[in-house]
Amino acid sequence: MTLEAAAPFTAASGSFSGTWLLVAIPLFSALILLIGGRRTNKWGHYLGVAAPLASFVLAVILFFDLIGKSGADRRIDDHLFSWVPVSGFQANANFLIDPLSICFVLLITGVGSLIHIYSIGYMANDPERRRFFAYLNFFVAAMLLLVLGDNFVALYVGWEGVGVASYLLIGFWSYKPSAATAAKKAFVVNRIGDFGLSIAIMVMFATFGSFSFADVAAGAPHASKATMTTIGLLLLLGACGKSAQVPLQSWLGDAMEGPTPVSALIHAATMVTAGVYLIARSNFIFDVSPNARLAVAIVGTVTLVFGAIVGCAKDDIKKALAASTMSQIGYMMLAVGLGPAGYAFGIAHLLTHGFFKAGLFLGAGSVMHGMNDEVDMRRYGGLRKYMPFTFITFGLGYLAIIGFPGLAGWFTKDAIIEAAFHKGGTSGAIFGSCALAAAGLTAFYMTRVMLMTFFGEKRWADDAHPHESPGVMVVPMWILAIGSVGGGYALILSGRLAKFLAVVVPRPADIAFKPIGVIGLGTAGVVLVGVVGAWYMYGRRPVPVVAPVGSPLTVAARHDLLADAFNESVFMRPGQYLTRLLVYFDNRGIDGFVNGFAAFVGGTSSRFRRFQTGFVRSYALSMFGGVVLVLAALLLVRG
Amino acid sequence: MSPTYYLYLSAILFTIGALGVLLRRNAIVVFMCVELMLNAGNLALVTFSRINGDLNGQIMAFFVMVVAAAEVVVGLAIIVSVYRTRRSASVDDASLLKY
Amino acid sequence: MPAVILAANSMHGGGPETAIFWIFAPLSVLAALGVVFSRNTVHGALLLGGVMLSLAVFYAAQDAPFLAFVQVIVYTGAVMMLFLFVLMLIGVDTRESLVETLRGQRLAASAAGLGFLLLLFAGLRQAVITSSAGLSVANNPPDAQGNAVAGQGNIFEIASLLFTRYIFAFEVTSALLITAALGAMVLAHREPHEPKRGQREQMRDRFKIGTHPTPLPGPGVYARHNAVDTPALLPDGSPSELSVPPAVEELRLERGRNPQPAELGGPPSRTRRP
Repeated sequence: MTLEAAAPFTAASGSFSGTWLLVAIPLFSALILLIGGRRTNKWGHYLGVAAPLASFVLAVILFFDLIGKSGADRRIDDHLFSWVPVSGFQANANFLIDPLSICFVLLITGVGSLIHIYSIGYMANDPERRRFFAYLNFFVAAMLLLVLGDNFVALYVGWEGVGVASYLLIGFWSYKPSAATAAKKAFVVNRIGDFGLSIAIMVMFATFGSFSFADVAAGAPHASKATMTTIGLLLLLGACGKSAQVPLQSWLGDAMEGPTPVSALIHAATMVTAGVYLIARSNFIFDVSPNARLAVAIVGTVTLVFGAIVGCAKDDIKKALAASTMSQIGYMMLAVGLGPAGYAFGIAHLLTHGFFKAGLFLGAGSVMHGMNDEVDMRRYGGLRKYMPFTFITFGLGYLAIIGFPGLAGWFTKDAIIEAAFHKGGTSGAIFGSCALAAAGLTAFYMTRVMLMTFFGEKRWADDAHPHESPGVMVVPMWILAIGSVGGGYALILSGRLAKFLAVVVPRPADIAFKPIGVIGLGTAGVVLVGVVGAWYMYGRRPVPVVAPVGSPLTVAARHDLLADAFNESVFMRPGQYLTRLLVYFDNRGIDGFVNGFAAFVGGTSSRFRRFQTGFVRSYALSMFGGVVLVLAALLLVRG
Repeated sequence: MSPTYYLYLSAILFTIGALGVLLRRNAIVVFMCVELMLNAGNLALVTFSRINGDLNGQIMAFFVMVVAAAEVVVGLAIIVSVYRTRRSASVDDASLLKY
Repeated sequence: MPAVILAANSMHGGGPETAIFWIFAPLSVLAALGVVFSRNTVHGALLLGGVMLSLAVFYAAQDAPFLAFVQVIVYTGAVMMLFLFVLMLIGVDTRESLVETLRGQRLAASAAGLGFLLLLFAGLRQAVITSSAGLSVANNPPDAQGNAVAGQGNIFEIASLLFTRYIFAFEVTSALLITAALGAMVLAHREPHEPKRGQREQMRDRFKIGTHPTPLPGPGVYARHNAVDTPALLPDGSPSELSVPPAVEELRLERGRNPQPAELGGPPSRTRRP
C-alpha cells in the first residue's frame, strides 16, 4: 500500500494561516500565568480554561475547513519561520494540518478543555491552582506542537516539551518526597526513549539530508533496508519511553503521584499516546522495514498482557487505571504494528480510549475528592448511593473499556483483535490470542474496580463523608461519558475514520468490521468470563480491608511484576558501582596526578629558590657561567 | 709575531679580572678587577684597529676610558657612603634579597 | 721613545715589537694575578697601576701613541690615584680573610674561568688573520692624488674622526662626565647631624675641667741626647711623659728601647687628640 499520490503539500491560506494560534494561545496563557505570579491568582484559572477552549474552537473551524477540501488537498502546510536556516541543515517551524493531526488536535483540545474545567473544581482548595493551570496550558501547547509539526525536529521539540510538562506536573506537590521522586523517575525513563528518538532523527538526517515527513517519505523506498530498520527500531524505543511500553513502562505507575487531572490528561489521553502518533506518522518508514513493524507489534502485545496482569492486583484505584492505560496503549501499538490493516483501528482506539479513560480518571478523582483523597479501594465500598453521577459516568466508561457491545470500546478493541487474527500465520495467531486473553483480564480487573468502589459494604475510614462532586466537575464527566458511548459509531461504522485517514496512512485492504463473527463472539465470551470471575471473587463476599497475602503471582503483580526490582539490579546498581569507581578514579588518579604535580612544582621550586642566596658573587658566577655557555654554543654553531 | 698574541693576552687579562670579581670580597678590590677587565677590552680594541688598518678601534677604546672614569667616580662614591653607614666594605654584606 | 715607536711602525711586528711584547706581557700577567690574589689592598692597587702602564707600552707599540699617553695620564694617573684615595679612607690596613664564605664558589669560579679562557683561545685559533694592515696608512693618509704625504699623524687623524663622525658620542660622553661628578658629590655628601661647632664651643671644650689648654712641653735636650723621644725633666727631676708624643712612645716600646717612666709605674700617657 503506497501513499495516495505523494503530492507536495498545499500551502496554507485562509483560516489555515491561523494554525500557529493553536499552539500560541495556550503557550501565551501559560507565560502570563507564570510570569504574572500570585497577582493572577484570582482569575488565573479562568484564563487557563479559556486558552484550550479557544484552541478547541479554532480546531473545529479548521476541521470543517479541512473536510471542505478533498483528497490530496487535505494536507496543508503552514510555514511559520525558518528555525535553523543553515545550508544542508534546514529545520523549519512548519505546521501540517492533515487528517491525522487534526484528529489529535481535536482530541487534545477537546478532552483537554474538559479536564481544565474539571480542574477548577478539583484544585479549588489548592493555593497553587494558578501554577497548575499554567503547567497544564504549557502541556497543551507542547502536545499540539508535537502533533502539528511537519518535520521530525518540530515533533521532537514538542516531545521534549511534554516531557518537561509531565515532570512539572507529576511533581506538582513538590513538598512530597514521593512526588518529587516519581517526577524524576518519569523524566529519566523518558530520557532513554528520547535518546532513541534523537538518534533516529540523526540517522534520518544522515541518510536523507532532511527532517520533514515529505522528504523522508519520498526517500524511504530508496534507502537501504538496514538503515530503515535501524530507524524504525530507534523510533520504537522513543515511543516506548513516552507511551510507557515494556521495557520503559516503570514510570507510569509512579506518575500517579500527580493530581488526578494530570493523570487524566497526560497519562491517559494525550501524552502517552504520542508514541502511537509517532509510529503512525512514520508509517512510510515501517512500510520499508517489516522487521521493525514486527517489533512494534511484539512490544505492543507484551505490554498489553503485562499491563493487564498488573492491573488485577493493584489496590490503589489510580494505579489500577494506570496499568489499564499501559495495557490499552499496548493494544494501540499492536494495531499500528500490524501495518496498513491496523492503522485506522489503532488511531480509532486511541481516540475512544482518550474519552473513556479520561472519564474513568475523572471519576476516580471525583471519588477521591469525596473520600478525603483516599486512594485505597479497600477503603471504599457502596459509594453508588452517595455519588450517583460519578457512578453513572464511571459505569459508562467501564462498559466502554471492557468492550460492552455498542459502546466505543467494543468497536475499536474488537477491530484490533480481528485485525490481529487476520494477519495470519503464527504471529497473527499469537497476537490475536494474547489480545483476546487480555480482553478477558481487562474485564476482570475493571469489574473488580467497580465492585470494590461502588458496591459492597462500606469500608470507609472514620472521617469519610462521601458526597457528590460540584457541577464544574460533574459536567465534564458527563460529556466524556457521552463520548464513550457514541465514539464507536462516529469512527468505525462504515469505515469513516479509515477513509478519512487514507491520505496519511495507507488504507486497509477493505477489512470490514464484522461484529457478529467468530472472533467477535469469542471476544464477548471472554469478556463475560472475566466479569463473572470478578464478581465471584469480589462481589459475593465482603472485601477484606487489609490486603491478604496472595499467590506469588499476585505478590509479583502488586510490585509491577518486579519491573522496578529488575531495573534496580540490572541498571541501577551497576550504574552506582560505575559512578563510585569513576569517583574513586577521579579522586585518586586525576586529583592525585594534579595534586602530585602541584606538590612536585612546589618541591622543585623550594629547592630552586636556594639559588637566590642574596650574594652578589653567586649571581656574578651564574652570569659568567652563562657567558661561557653562550660562547660555547656560538663556537659550536659557527666554528 | 702576529698581532693575535695581543688578543691572547687580552683574553688572559680578562679572565683574571673575571676571577677576581668572583673570588674577592672587598668591594674596592672587586672594582679594581672590573677596571682590569675594561683594560683588557681596550687592548683588544687597539689590536683590532691595527689589524683592520683604521682608527675606529682606537676611538672606541678612548670612549671606553672616558666611561670607565665616570663609572669609577660614581662607584667609589657609593662604596664610601655604604662604608660610612655600615662600617664594612664587603660585598657579601649586601645579601638581604634572598630566599 | 719616539724613535722606538717610529721604528716599530715600519716594522709591523718586527724584532723590537716582539721583544717589547715578550717582556711586558708576562709582567702584566703577573701583576694582574697579584691584583687578584694580594691580601694587602694597597699592594693590589699599585700592581693594577703596573698593569696599566704595561698596557700603555703595548698601545705605543701598536701605533696608538695618543691612547698610550691618555692611558698613563687618565687611567693610571687619575683613576688609580682615586682608587688609592678611597682605599686610604676606607681602611688601609684591612686584611681580608682567606676563608671562602660561599660554598663551592672557588671551585666553580675556577672552572668557569678556565672554561672561558679555553673557549676564547679556541675561538681565536679559528680566526684567520692573514695579514694585518698596520696603521701607517691610517695615521698618514695620502692626499687626493694618492701620493704619500708626510701627514700630521695619529693625533690629528683621531681628532678628525672624533669631531666629525663621533661628535654626538663625544658630546654625550662629556655630559656623562659632568653627571658623574655631580653624582659623586651628591652621594658622598654628609649632612651634619649636629650644628657646626663654632669658636665659642671650641673654646669651651678647650677650657673644660680636666683638659690641658696650654701646649705640651717639648722634648728634653741633654748633654748626650736631644732626640724627640727624650723626655723633658720636671722641676723635681722626674721625666715628663707629656713631652714625648704617644706615637713615638709606641715606637720605643716596639723597638725595645729603655723603658720610660710610664712603664715604671707612673701615670699612663694620655692622648691629646680632640
